[in-house]
Amino acid sequence: MENLATILLIEDERQMRRFLRVTLQSERYALIEAETAAEGLSQAATRSPDIVLLDLGLPDMDGLEVIKKLREWSAVPIIVISAREQEGDKIKALDEGADDYLTKPFGSGELLARIRVALRHAVPKSQDQRDAIFTAEDLSIDFLKRQVHRGDREIHLTPIEYRLLVVLVRNAGRVMTHRYILKEVWGPSYIEQTHYLRVFMNQLRKKIETDSARPHFLLNEPGIGYRFKPDLD
Amino acid sequence: MEPKRPDPDELLDQAMAEEERLSQGKLKIFFGAAPGVGKTYAMLAAAQKQREEGVDIVVGIAEPHGRKETAAFLEGLEILPCRMHSYRGREIREFDLDAALLRNPSLIVVDELAHTNVPGSRHKKRWQDVQELLATGISVYTTVNVQHLESLNDIVQQITGVVVRETLPDSFLDRADEIELIDLPPDDLLQRLKEGKVYIPDQVERARENFFRKGNLIALRELALRRTAERVEEQMVCYRRDKGVQEIWPASERILVCVSPNPRSIRLIRAARRMAAGLRAEWIAVHVEAHAQIKPSDHDLKLLADHMRLAENLGAKTATLTGQKVSEELLSYARQCNVTKIIVGKPMHPRWKDRLFGSPLDEIIRGSGSIDIYVITGDAAENSIKPDARTSSPNIKSREWYWSIGAVALSTVVARLTFPYLDRTDVAMIYLLGIVVTSTRTSRWPALVATLLSVAAFDFFFVPPFFTFAVSDIRFLATFGVMFVVAYVISRLTLQIREQAVASRKREMSTAALYALSRELARERKKERIYEISLRHIGEAFKGQIAILVANEQGELVVTRKLPLTFDIDQKELGVARWVFDNRQSAGLDTDTLPGAKALYLPMVASSGVMGVVGISPQNATGRFVPEDLHFLESFVNQTAMALERVMHAKEAHDERLRAEAQNVRNAFLSSVSHDLRTPLAVVAGAASTLLQKDGTLDVSDRLELLRTIHEETDRLERIIRNVLNLTRIETGAIKVNKEWQPLEEIIGVVLNRLAERLKERPLDLKIPNDLPLVPFDTLLMEQVFANLMENALRHTPPGSPIEIAITSHDSAVLIEIADRGPGIPVREEETIFNKFARSKDTGMGSGIGLSICHAIIEAHGGRIWAENRPSGGATIKFLIPIEGTPPSLLPEKELS
Repeated sequence: MENLATILLIEDERQMRRFLRVTLQSERYALIEAETAAEGLSQAATRSPDIVLLDLGLPDMDGLEVIKKLREWSAVPIIVISAREQEGDKIKALDEGADDYLTKPFGSGELLARIRVALRHAVPKSQDQRDAIFTAEDLSIDFLKRQVHRGDREIHLTPIEYRLLVVLVRNAGRVMTHRYILKEVWGPSYIEQTHYLRVFMNQLRKKIETDSARPHFLLNEPGIGYRFKPDLD
Repeated sequence: MEPKRPDPDELLDQAMAEEERLSQGKLKIFFGAAPGVGKTYAMLAAAQKQREEGVDIVVGIAEPHGRKETAAFLEGLEILPCRMHSYRGREIREFDLDAALLRNPSLIVVDELAHTNVPGSRHKKRWQDVQELLATGISVYTTVNVQHLESLNDIVQQITGVVVRETLPDSFLDRADEIELIDLPPDDLLQRLKEGKVYIPDQVERARENFFRKGNLIALRELALRRTAERVEEQMVCYRRDKGVQEIWPASERILVCVSPNPRSIRLIRAARRMAAGLRAEWIAVHVEAHAQIKPSDHDLKLLADHMRLAENLGAKTATLTGQKVSEELLSYARQCNVTKIIVGKPMHPRWKDRLFGSPLDEIIRGSGSIDIYVITGDAAENSIKPDARTSSPNIKSREWYWSIGAVALSTVVARLTFPYLDRTDVAMIYLLGIVVTSTRTSRWPALVATLLSVAAFDFFFVPPFFTFAVSDIRFLATFGVMFVVAYVISRLTLQIREQAVASRKREMSTAALYALSRELARERKKERIYEISLRHIGEAFKGQIAILVANEQGELVVTRKLPLTFDIDQKELGVARWVFDNRQSAGLDTDTLPGAKALYLPMVASSGVMGVVGISPQNATGRFVPEDLHFLESFVNQTAMALERVMHAKEAHDERLRAEAQNVRNAFLSSVSHDLRTPLAVVAGAASTLLQKDGTLDVSDRLELLRTIHEETDRLERIIRNVLNLTRIETGAIKVNKEWQPLEEIIGVVLNRLAERLKERPLDLKIPNDLPLVPFDTLLMEQVFANLMENALRHTPPGSPIEIAITSHDSAVLIEIADRGPGIPVREEETIFNKFARSKDTGMGSGIGLSICHAIIEAHGGRIWAENRPSGGATIKFLIPIEGTPPSLLPEKELS
């Protein structure tokens, strides 16, 4: 059976590697293991993996440093694995160019979903290649007509609400940091005005979600940003 | 009569004294009757023996005096180099105390215990050096001759006619752990003397003929033997007492000896000491200050202090009494102390004085009752130097002379003017008035001059023939006589009253000053304030500059505070203070130890040790401290020490309590956490091992059940760890509350989504108003609050029961209520459930950490969290988040795009 993709795992803890090896290989991913950042970087250069799983707490180098180095020459999707103590580093890691993050402990289902999302987004689509219509369950967005429907019901959005929704939907399943969204929707001078994002997100939820207190599509990643609900493949 | 048993206090004192001695070095004295008996020889022989046994022994100082046999014994022993002192152009070898302390051997040989050190040494006497060695735990071998013993000093002088100035307090001999008598019959000694084997210092050469007479040697030998025997008997007594033999508790004798500034007192003291030793009795040296006496001069006070010190050195207790009459005061004190014998000096003053003023001795004897009175002759040859009366008498100010002359002149004028109308006796009265007035203003001599002038003026102006000193009628001579005596007595009495008033005022002032100090100190709780107060009070009371030195953390003495009253302390002064601190004895100016210092240093001794050192430097260089001042100064310093000790104890107790509390909290927290961690771990471990072992036999549903359990429990573990981490971070201040204005719904949404699986079966009632304002809070922390509260609500209520979340907006806060329909909170636990290690008694589940982190987070937000039971059943946790400050402005969308 052919492998779905090659995954480079940079992780110093043996038990963690064992768990990931079993999980990923059973899902038909090929796995390259590296114990140190140095080894990981050289493996990334020589084996050109499709995706990198990177533990932030490595013995020989700061995980953020690894991301920086990788990003100098590679656009390979990076999923950061962090422990609680590195919580503050998550945003930095995302800003440095990581694609997603997982906090230990995490379930295998969560991990596999993230990997699928990352792989899907790995190939950037040009404007005209993009789907003209996005659907998720009964929510559909017609990018050409700029129309949003929930089932048969059309939902009227303000321009900003629409832009906000589009940014999240285009990256569906991936976590978008506050700064990124603010820059994309409001412009670079707004990247610190988190409350704008929060207020508009609240409005958007009220229009799109059935129960805005228990959002289904527009998920909050506390302290980091937002994520449009990943597809259930 | 019941035999007197040792009382417990006494035994305790003994035990404590014993303990103190154990920490000290051992003192062995080689005791001899005269020079040349072989003390040094014996001592060095013993030292060699110790060396052979492997004892760390050094020779501090030993004088073989050119004797070959003795010098031979020095071989192989480590000899400390001596300190060279140049004194009056001569180089003098001295024992180097500092080198000895530095070398710190276990045993040291120090010859000639009674030796007087060269001026400029730390101590005046070598035995003080030895005392310091012993105090640091170094054992000492030393030698001493009987003639050097303080108590026998006078007898030796009587026997040999040689004045021995180098003396050793008997108490020092008594503290020796071992005394070895080196005995040599007089004939043998004389033989050795002939052979030139006895070293005699040059200065004693003159006395040699007198000293080394056979009769003397026999007498000295007897003294030495007797003294040793006394000491042996004492040991026997101690031994028997320790073994609990009762008969040795005789009806206790107590001897009291009267001490005065008179140099004859020395002899009385020595006699008392001998008698006390003979009777194994306690003895007390007492000085009585009678009000009727004229204030003693400074010189007298110094002599008195010397005598009292001598008595103390000889082992006496000392006391100073004050009262109207010497005899009464003495006898009442004696009765109070159960004194059985009183020793007083034979009166040396002329008999008429007794006739006139009464004899204190007579009164004592008559009033003594059952007490025996011993009247002892003072030493006829008083070799002490009498102070020069003129130099010691206080300066008489010229104003006083004006007073005396002016008073007489005024009296004369007044009498002259009124004479025509008055009798001659009235005139005499006017003069007496003048003398009384003079006496109230002047000292002794001007008053006497006024008296004489008055008599002369009376004669000149009012006794015929007028304006001559000639007297017509012989009867007037009697008038003059009577007038003089009356005037003299009146002036003396007036003077005495005044001096008493001055003295009592001074005493009162000192007492008041002391009282003021202690009252002010009693209120203080800070060390710094105590230093300040003491500095001020002592400085004011003693007219000097004060420095308080205390040990810092490194054990170095440092001056506490620089105040205007503090004097500069250089390295040398610091050394003196250090010595005082280490040895717990006063030193410096006006003392026997390091008298070269510019200030006097007293240790602040409290029950738990030395608190520090107080240094006092007199304002003017000549202003020395009289013993009376010293006594008061000691009281001041003691007050300070006690206050400091109190503060220290209070602080220690407080710290100890805090430590204990913190320890309790930590222990409770740890046990709570470890319990909370262990439960899910046990479940995970158990489930996993079942899966591993019985993989083949388990059916699918069982496998799933076990796997689901493992999954849930790891969730729980993760939550607990997160809570513990956050709690400690918040409490240690590692987490900063990062408040951002945001909608509350968002965070509730996150929590509800996370718990979606477990909330499936639960009716959830959300009451969130649409127009809820933005609230400033820390996203991550508040997420945890909601997560914990929801978690608790899920865990402590039966499955399927509803959970309600309601948010209401108020003026400056939002109120969040999370309510369930569970069993509610046990009565009186509404407050305590937020404690770090609380756990509900009913469920036994560790909810404590979860709720206490909520409590900590809400508090950090400036809010409040509390628990209530609902009237209709179930519990509500309510918390308020304040809305402080202004929310950030939000531009309407149109303007944005």
